[in-house]
Amino acid sequence: MAPLIERCEALLNDLTFENVRRWKAEHPGRKAVGWLPVWAPRELIVAAGMLPVGIMGANDRLEIVKGDAYYQSYICHLPRSVLELGLNGSLDVLDGMLFPSTCDVIRNLSGMWRILFPQKYVRYVDVPQNPDMALGGRFFADDLRAIARELGELSGTPVTDAALREAIRVCNDNRRAVHDLYALRVAKPWNVSSADLYLVVRAGAQIPVEEHTALIREYIRLAEEQPAKSMDMARVSVRGCFCEQPPIDLIRTIERSGCWIMDDDWLLAWRWFREELPLAGDPFETMAQAFVSSSPACPTMYLAQGAKGAALKSELKSTGSEGVLFMAPSFCDPALLDQPMIQAAIDKAGIPWSALLYAENTGQFQVIREQAGTFADAIKLS
Amino acid sequence: MNTTVMKDRSQERQKRMLADYFRRLAISREQGWKNVYTFVPGNLTELILSFDLLPVLPEINALQSGMRKKSGAFIQEAEKGGHSEDVCAYVKSDLGMLRGGNIGPTGEKLPSPDLLLLSYTGCFTFMKWFEILREETGAPTLMLHVPFQGEGRVTREMRDYVIRQLKTEVIPALEKLSGKAYDEARLAEMLARSRAMEDDLVYVLESAKRRPSPIDGYFAAVYYIGPIFSAFRGTEEAGHYYRELREEVDARIASGLGPMTPDGPMPPERYRLVVEGPPAWTHFNELWRMFHAEGAVIVASTYTKVGGVYDDGFRHDPNDPLGTLADYCLGCYTNRSMQDRVKMIARYVQDYQADGFMINSVKSCNSFSAGQLLILREAERLTGKPGGFFESDLVDPRYFSAANIKNRVESYLQMLQQRRAGGVSA
Repeated sequence: MAPLIERCEALLNDLTFENVRRWKAEHPGRKAVGWLPVWAPRELIVAAGMLPVGIMGANDRLEIVKGDAYYQSYICHLPRSVLELGLNGSLDVLDGMLFPSTCDVIRNLSGMWRILFPQKYVRYVDVPQNPDMALGGRFFADDLRAIARELGELSGTPVTDAALREAIRVCNDNRRAVHDLYALRVAKPWNVSSADLYLVVRAGAQIPVEEHTALIREYIRLAEEQPAKSMDMARVSVRGCFCEQPPIDLIRTIERSGCWIMDDDWLLAWRWFREELPLAGDPFETMAQAFVSSSPACPTMYLAQGAKGAALKSELKSTGSEGVLFMAPSFCDPALLDQPMIQAAIDKAGIPWSALLYAENTGQFQVIREQAGTFADAIKLS
Repeated sequence: MNTTVMKDRSQERQKRMLADYFRRLAISREQGWKNVYTFVPGNLTELILSFDLLPVLPEINALQSGMRKKSGAFIQEAEKGGHSEDVCAYVKSDLGMLRGGNIGPTGEKLPSPDLLLLSYTGCFTFMKWFEILREETGAPTLMLHVPFQGEGRVTREMRDYVIRQLKTEVIPALEKLSGKAYDEARLAEMLARSRAMEDDLVYVLESAKRRPSPIDGYFAAVYYIGPIFSAFRGTEEAGHYYRELREEVDARIASGLGPMTPDGPMPPERYRLVVEGPPAWTHFNELWRMFHAEGAVIVASTYTKVGGVYDDGFRHDPNDPLGTLADYCLGCYTNRSMQDRVKMIARYVQDYQADGFMINSVKSCNSFSAGQLLILREAERLTGKPGGFFESDLVDPRYFSAANIKNRVESYLQMLQQRRAGGVSA
């Protein structure tokens, strides 16, 4: 177990993307395309024969100098570190970037990237907010086709329907492995630490999808062999960290404070769809249909009437969570604007919650440990 | 300092229009009139009015609350209710107002929403704003997703997507709410009026290319865009306003006059500037004074395109009602790419013979603000003119630091002066 986790942590801390460089060296002529949270169509990158690289920020391991020069104090941290990585040359290894419509900051970062890196392929991915397949779905299928054409031109390998179906199959396998890992954590939280889970899933940002799937399967095998440890822990779900990622030590701090994290919304892209995407039919329509009908209730998505909080309540029940820890990055519009509505919904259901703020480079955890510990005690005593 | 605010005729007319509008909203329940809450960028005012429904624009309510010094208390009320200090103050002002009884800027009660038409155009926060109002009021939301011009252009697919939503969701919802059938001839009639007033507005805004400029293209121009970007576009009332405004500007041109300010006629024009970003509504006149007292006139601004860009040739087309509404939604300023925004600023600096440009970066609005420091650099590179930068907020008075902003503005203007004196092209 330890070597696997060490490898994953090394990938997390690899801010010069050595693994991606190695992959490109081992695959001459092939390219790598980065993508930002929350979700991007990895399948298209895979289908074009390229390596999808998740650009999730720089944790607390990078001093931000140039990135800060482009942002006012009231903008979140993620785009600063992504820009720093771009401007210090770490992302030179990437041949293109996909910027999804997560929020206005990520949206505008796509424009900044075009200006700052004019030699690179840059694409804004406007995901549909109208969930009707005949409306938002049709628009999205058309846009996915356009992106596929562009990625095919970039890679020199046109995206055929057959190649996209195969990429969907590969990503289906990967999502199934991630869901299995999450299910194992729910069944045996004493065997799957959330810090380990985070590292294992996050490793997928830098390695090929099939390799990531194998890594997750190997972790699951090892975790299942661990002896059971009975511990008096509160079972909580974490919400709010779907874009800017929490530092790994923050996750460890939550666990050390007496919480088992039963569910979370970090690294959502690797398990965006609960069900497998069908392999029959037009693969672009398949992806669009899945997006409009099966996306999670992420705050970046418009929710229909009456749906606010419903998904969370259902997930709390299915994961056995006893409370919610809202962990939003500072200045994160989607998380912070959504949070009061979700809190009101779970208040009505009598579910306890606590809320804290972080940034990807937060380094002081004592206050958070005390807050989470107090929350855990309150749950256990109730 | 003269604290008596002086208004020209157009401002007085608009004041009456707004008062009548808020009065109509106040009595709408007893009259049985239904309303549609929606947003300014890419608004569908003509379509809403064609069903005899009343448009309500929460951004306008928030900025009016800001100008009337009411927003600070509203924001604090929302924050007491759990809303973060980090997020948009427009939303919190609106929510605080709602929780305080929904008493509008003029002191009259606003009706609760009958429909929340979520015209999702160029601003992520819009989506959360109406989800919040939906949770607070129980009113239904209707999503109109307007794709962002990330690639710097409008594709056929984007346009078709908007039109399909208008046909299959928006119009049926308005028919259901109003009990009236969609009347395309009536819509076209309103769009024809819109087209005429758009001509007048562009004429007025472009009058600032003259020396001296007869108008201020930012502070005064936010009054000029008021009717056309809000509840009045396509109405006879607004048509009259714009004709009168145009005549008024013509008279100023004929007399060689500069802009009228809240403190009276502006001193002789010394600096010509372009401004990017919304105003700080809570300290609107104070901010304006920092410029006009120094003889700095704003000859063009991007904010005055926030509800629609007309000076690149777009006009509503009565011959293609739904297509033209889609084009309008897709083309407004905040729905444009960063490169387009830079080009627009650079074009304004050149076309309006500006000495430079300043950016007012507002904390509340990431749609505007994220990336403005790069816009500053790029616009400087393209124009060879110096840019200035200061920070404030839309309607949160806690973020207006008068001394700091005044210092920034004065230093910037002094720098322009020194460049002139030194023979450096400013």
